[in-house]
Amino acid sequence: MSELRKTPLADFNIANGGRMVDFAGWSMPVQFKSIVEEHKATRNAAGLFDVSHMGEALVMGPEATQYLDFLLTNDVSKMEPGQALYSLMCYEHGGVVDDLLVYKKSDQEYLLCLNASNTEKDLVWMETKRQEFDATVSDVSGDYALLALQGPKALDILKSICELDIDALPYYRFIEGEVAGAPCIVSRTGYTGERGVELFVEPKAAELLAQAILDAGEPEGLVLAGLGSRDSLRLEAGYSLYGHEISETITPIQAKLMWTVKLGKESDFVGKAALAAEKREGPACRIVFFRTGNRRIVRTDTPVLAGDVEVGIVVSVTFSPGLNEAIGSALIDSNYATTELSVDMRGKRLQLFSSNPPFIELNP
Amino acid sequence: MNLPENLKYTSDHEWLKRLDNDEALVGITDYAQNSLGDITFVETPESRDTFDAGATFGVVESVKAASDLYMPVDAEVIEGNAALEENPEQVNTSAFEEGWIVKIKLLNPTQVDSLLDAEAYREIAKD
Repeated sequence: MSELRKTPLADFNIANGGRMVDFAGWSMPVQFKSIVEEHKATRNAAGLFDVSHMGEALVMGPEATQYLDFLLTNDVSKMEPGQALYSLMCYEHGGVVDDLLVYKKSDQEYLLCLNASNTEKDLVWMETKRQEFDATVSDVSGDYALLALQGPKALDILKSICELDIDALPYYRFIEGEVAGAPCIVSRTGYTGERGVELFVEPKAAELLAQAILDAGEPEGLVLAGLGSRDSLRLEAGYSLYGHEISETITPIQAKLMWTVKLGKESDFVGKAALAAEKREGPACRIVFFRTGNRRIVRTDTPVLAGDVEVGIVVSVTFSPGLNEAIGSALIDSNYATTELSVDMRGKRLQLFSSNPPFIELNP
Repeated sequence: MNLPENLKYTSDHEWLKRLDNDEALVGITDYAQNSLGDITFVETPESRDTFDAGATFGVVESVKAASDLYMPVDAEVIEGNAALEENPEQVNTSAFEEGWIVKIKLLNPTQVDSLLDAEAYREIAKD
């Protein structure tokens, strides 16, 4: 077995009681004290997440914009410098290579933030699609640690340790500047449904920055939070996770992510023909989010039943501290997407109640 | 590790507390609750159900996993801990006290002597 990769905050996480697990080949904290407590603290005050395992790619060159518009489903040509954009990167057949954030630094320079589990695959894919464009792709994952500071008190905590005009920074915009003395990219983005920022920082400054945030935040109720609460927070917010709601086989149409697929944009893009055809014909299956009204947690990959017919499979599930019940999502045969759905739980039927996310009020 | 000396233990991370009249309480250890993480649901058996030693008598579900519960000794169920229906997190906060899972009648009381004492269990649970 190969050695797990460590983030620049590995020592910090362990010293603060992080319970480390293997996530996509990285040693990551799944929780510090309690997933539920970390979830609640992020909803009520603030949570600080080490997400340095995420990959980063730098795209540069005179045709960087045209290249990204061909590579990605969203409309990069409409972006302004300082803007962040959520997009998908699709295969020709319409399945998803990855979902990612694009940060536009200038017309000729973009930073992409990629899922840790996909970074290697993404870089290979990006290279194969690059050939005709005057642009370069480089893996800069090692240049950054990434911290997510999220929650209703996140911005106040941030303001107490930097001079930047955070109030003037709208959602999905970023600036570059010093936080607690460390040069950062400060992005008003996140994966929790709460107000907050994501901070890209050079690895050697990561621990000082994390400690400064922790020191400033703890009196306000901030806690260190792990991947467990990151997942329950994103699922309550109704955000997709690669490998669950989207994948090589689950398309953006099936995942109801067509808001990030601009079939009408000027540029052609990888996957456009297949997605246009699927939209015309209607998807064979679709992602349905559900509540259970029950604290029992059905497990991922459990078959979903309509009557006694197997019509789908559970792809995500978590306990929602906000609703005090299990919530999740399932990939369902479109013919049954609006019928009564259930799962078998050790011989007992548990009903799944279709519910459009978000499950909680978003406040980003 | 928090391990009361007056309890008996199993290698499946259950504890048993002997009461008067050949009755006993059974729960999971502090080590087990800590490994499971936040507990969201505990399924307990019906009163009068009987189980052989080692049989599955219920399930504990946490945000991370579902884990079967194994009866330490031959037993007839007196009652499940009704408080866990509303507050399953009591197993996290008080594994050896308020977090007890089932109250049983010992069908074969001498079996209790062959369970692990705290010292022997400590060896198993220390990874």
